[in-house]
Amino acid sequence: MRSTRLMAAIAAATAAVVAVPLLAQTQQPKSAADGLAEYRKMLEDGNPAELFEAKGEDLWKTPRGPKNASLQACDLGLGPGVVQGAWVQLPRWFPDTKKVQDLESRLLTCMQTLQGFDAAEIARTPFDKGEQAAVTALAAWISSLSRGMKMALPQKHAEEKRAYELGKRAFFYRGGPMDFSCASCHGEEGKRIRMQDLPDLTKNPGNGVGFAAWPAYRVSSGEMWSMQRRLNDCFRQQRFPYPGFASDVTVALAVYMGVNAKGAESIAPAIKR
Amino acid sequence: MKITRFAVIALLAAGTAQAQTPKQLDQQTAAMMRASFREQGIAKMDRLEQDAAQKACSQAKPPSEAVTKKIEAAELAAVKWPADGQFIGDWKEGEKLAQNGRGMTWTDASVAPAKNGAMCYNCHQIDKKEISFGTIGPSLWNYGKLRGVADPADPASAAIVKYTWGKLWNSKAYAACSNMPRFGHAELLNEQQIRDVMALLLDPKSPVNQ
Repeated sequence: MRSTRLMAAIAAATAAVVAVPLLAQTQQPKSAADGLAEYRKMLEDGNPAELFEAKGEDLWKTPRGPKNASLQACDLGLGPGVVQGAWVQLPRWFPDTKKVQDLESRLLTCMQTLQGFDAAEIARTPFDKGEQAAVTALAAWISSLSRGMKMALPQKHAEEKRAYELGKRAFFYRGGPMDFSCASCHGEEGKRIRMQDLPDLTKNPGNGVGFAAWPAYRVSSGEMWSMQRRLNDCFRQQRFPYPGFASDVTVALAVYMGVNAKGAESIAPAIKR
Repeated sequence: MKITRFAVIALLAAGTAQAQTPKQLDQQTAAMMRASFREQGIAKMDRLEQDAAQKACSQAKPPSEAVTKKIEAAELAAVKWPADGQFIGDWKEGEKLAQNGRGMTWTDASVAPAKNGAMCYNCHQIDKKEISFGTIGPSLWNYGKLRGVADPADPASAAIVKYTWGKLWNSKAYAACSNMPRFGHAELLNEQQIRDVMALLLDPKSPVNQ
């Protein structure tokens, strides 16, 4: 029943999106933001991220892996097993690993220590395959339990502050055949690529527009994307080499964007074009 | 003086592990970049190696005026002008290139310029008929017309024609930290492709100049 409703909502939204360019030729072009807001509204009752959230909750509670254990003892920063509110405080410093970790890298730690999976092997696995799909679903569910809360990454620990500084430097790091940095597209307000609005990620980009929207369901590709995957595709378009999953640069960038998003309301897992 | 400054830095470094100097953070960033990426397809690790212009433009703040001027002079000196003196190609091909946003990602098969688009509409308005355009760069609608180019071959148009070629070949020759790729310099487009984009912007027959 639920999936029927979802399919209908997706079909309606797709029709609306196809219609936008046609309408725009005859009327005053609608701003991309208006179109997106309308598009999101239409899908509000049927964000397919729901399916991933349900799967993620099961994965959290079900004993799995070589140790046949659940993830219910996993500490996401607020104590073992505390999921609610954890997402809006990530990435953060973890004393046990002595590292600043984002949600995905922390999940790898828990999957290895509690369940006996090989974290490095999961990190090497292509997106959407095997345990990578599990990480994405878990991220969708975990972030959903912070929906409506305000982003509040801790910046007390020296390593959290250092990660912010490194993330900032990575954000402005130009390279590759096109001289792009993250800032080339996300360093100014009110810019867009083609019709796609670009959040300015150097400051608070507003509620759920930038960092506070991921993980998100991407209608254009029909996939659930974690922040790790979002960053991976940014680097692809930046014409950079391939960033390792949960590598230091991805975590540092998440700290930079997350701290800049302080006070923004999390709408993750959101729905995106 | 020198010794005092050195002693202060040493004290800072030894006293608190968290007190990182900007220079230390820069070095740590460079190490982090090298350790975090791997090559994939055509996207090799040398893409992380920064030239002088990339390095100078990798902070929130633009470089000093002296550094800016130095970069612009070096980049201008590196512009390759068309060997046969022919600046203008076919605007129809130019429009196709402007529409094409492909090339140079790790999912692309070849680094050959012939496989790349010029990706102009990603950031610029050009022909008004195309409503899906980006806004990172300025509008180029009526580019030649607004600059009084009635005939690109006329010596009166020489300065703007030459500037436009230089800008497409190496945007940093005129703005050290321009967001625009250096299409000729970085071998993203070949000479003929740049001629075609030139025509889109400057040919009085191009839809851009109607």
